[in-house]
Amino acid sequence: MTFDYSKYLRNQYIPHMWCPGCGIGILLKAILRSVDAMGWKNDDIVLVSGIGCTSRMPGYVDFNTVHTTHGRALAFATGLKMARPDKHVIVVAGDGDSTAIGGNHFIHFCRRNIDINMIINDNNIYGMTGGQYSPTTPPGSYASTSPYGHVEPNFDIAKLAIGAGATYVARGTVAQGLILEKYIKASFAHKGASLVVAESTCPVQFGRRNRLGDPVDMLHWIKERGVAMRKAEKMSEEKLAGKYVMGEFIKDDSKLEYTERTRMLIEKVQQKENK
Amino acid sequence: MSNKLELWGGNDLIAQAAIDAGCRFFAGYPITPSSEIAEQLARKLPKVGGIFMQMEDEIASMGAIIGASLAGEKAMTATSGPGFSLKQENLGYACISETPCVIVDVMRGGPSTGLPTAPSQSDLMQVRWGTHGDHEIIAVTPAFMDEIYSETIRAFNLSEKFRIPVIILLDEILGHLHEGVQLPDPGSLEIVDRTKPTVPPEEYLPFDDRFGDVPPMANFFEGYRFHITGLSHGKSGFPTTDVEEVDAIQMRRQRKIIGNTDQILSNHEYHLDDAEIAVVAFGSVGRSAIDAIDEARKQGIKVGLLRPLTIWPFPEKRVLEIAKQVKKIIVPEMSLGQLILEVQRAANGNADIVGVQEVGGQLIRPREILAKLQEVI
Ligand code: SF4
Repeated sequence: MTFDYSKYLRNQYIPHMWCPGCGIGILLKAILRSVDAMGWKNDDIVLVSGIGCTSRMPGYVDFNTVHTTHGRALAFATGLKMARPDKHVIVVAGDGDSTAIGGNHFIHFCRRNIDINMIINDNNIYGMTGGQYSPTTPPGSYASTSPYGHVEPNFDIAKLAIGAGATYVARGTVAQGLILEKYIKASFAHKGASLVVAESTCPVQFGRRNRLGDPVDMLHWIKERGVAMRKAEKMSEEKLAGKYVMGEFIKDDSKLEYTERTRMLIEKVQQKENK
Repeated sequence: MSNKLELWGGNDLIAQAAIDAGCRFFAGYPITPSSEIAEQLARKLPKVGGIFMQMEDEIASMGAIIGASLAGEKAMTATSGPGFSLKQENLGYACISETPCVIVDVMRGGPSTGLPTAPSQSDLMQVRWGTHGDHEIIAVTPAFMDEIYSETIRAFNLSEKFRIPVIILLDEILGHLHEGVQLPDPGSLEIVDRTKPTVPPEEYLPFDDRFGDVPPMANFFEGYRFHITGLSHGKSGFPTTDVEEVDAIQMRRQRKIIGNTDQILSNHEYHLDDAEIAVVAFGSVGRSAIDAIDEARKQGIKVGLLRPLTIWPFPEKRVLEIAKQVKKIIVPEMSLGQLILEVQRAANGNADIVGVQEVGGQLIRPREILAKLQEVI
């Protein structure tokens, strides 16, 4: 049977605003299929975003949805999750939104290990504002603000999250939708701060400037640069230059989740009070 | 008010009043001279099952309280000038998304890091105009301990009633001052909760104007799935660039405040009936003004006081009436002239307006106001 996306979409707002060939649509599919696999009810989910192309996703899905300010989705999401720890809080963000202007919120979300599912559509560029370079733009590539080639090194978002304390971290690509879906599902099932990075495509702003061909060529480009975790372990840093590592990097269920720790603290204080 | 006299500090009392008003979520970031509010709530909130969070920064604190409010909590943050500057973006978000929340600003000298441990009133304009775009805001300015308590309760109530962020504006003196106060029984307080929708979820629009200028507000996760965005939106909450739709919602958001000032404004008036000179002052300077007026009256100077408890929206009608009655208005304030601009605007040329200004980081004392009164008669 074909998958019925319509029960998760606000069909009246389709067609969406994303460009033809954009990777975000594949990510949205993977998210909705994962929600379905978890059996979550639309009413019990809040999808929170910041600003940018990826951040327009909440408008299209029939959940509780919040399109917040640039970089701040995790801050709003933290308030939502703390108020209703029993509900499912998903954050979607682009690379610039989450790791440049929102970088501080991102590392502290990981550190707290709060049960929010963060999904980053990493397309190496600010799409909506016209193709400016982001923290994940590969060195040497072209953007509207790096017309002579980009001189900054780029972030490895997954490593950043692991270093900051996230307890589920995986990286997939929109060129391999089923694997991406598997990671998103696993992140939903995980209790704690989870991050799935989806290496993605922006054919209009990044692909065009870097002569990466049409959207299909770009999917190949994404795939070619990906190296599986096991293989990467045996590769030198030089060989890994310009590539990214794919896989489930960490899945640690041993650490207590933040809303849980807070609940325990409240119980302890209240017990002491009532004595 | 038969309760016993208790010793309270201003910041500590705000924390207690917030809990009595129903606040069960606080997110903040350490900043002098407001930190005692966070410290008190870190102690008190868990006892009542509430959540205290120290966030990674001021911006996150503001975002988190909006998130908690969308999930149905009464939520508050507290800060001072530099922190308030950082909150402006999300403050605007709370305005456009009509999300109730309360922000305490314990004012200190500025600009920039300024005078962290000294009082000021120079955030008056930043709380009104600091975020970009056109919007209304409510700000309350208590001056005495009993007012700090009652205005905090009122701040939460107004915020819930009008779906708008409300700012409690203190200054360093009031935040750190300790005085005796008789508090009312929390059970006797009038507590207002946001109006919930009465329509079924299929018919619910988060910015529906059929029920008046303040649309009923559903909480998330209660079956009313809706969309909130900082983009200009229509009644449905979804973005629009339709000129008429955007215009209509902007005007409604303005109307819900300026059309209801009778429910929002609150002033303390003192000896205004026969006054020939008026003083307009708020906060700790308002207290100095009371002492100055008592002394001036003894000397036969007919002077009265308008001390707004709601400073935003500004009590412009009342100021105009007073300006028509008196010859002169004295505006003492701990800034280089922010309140005086509003008084001048409202008085519209009907009285001579004279400022008494102090920006060195100390309170304007009664004798300075008295000296000005003696000078202008
Ligand atoms: S600009 Fe790029 S990221 Fe944005 S919708 Fe178009 S293709 Fe997608």
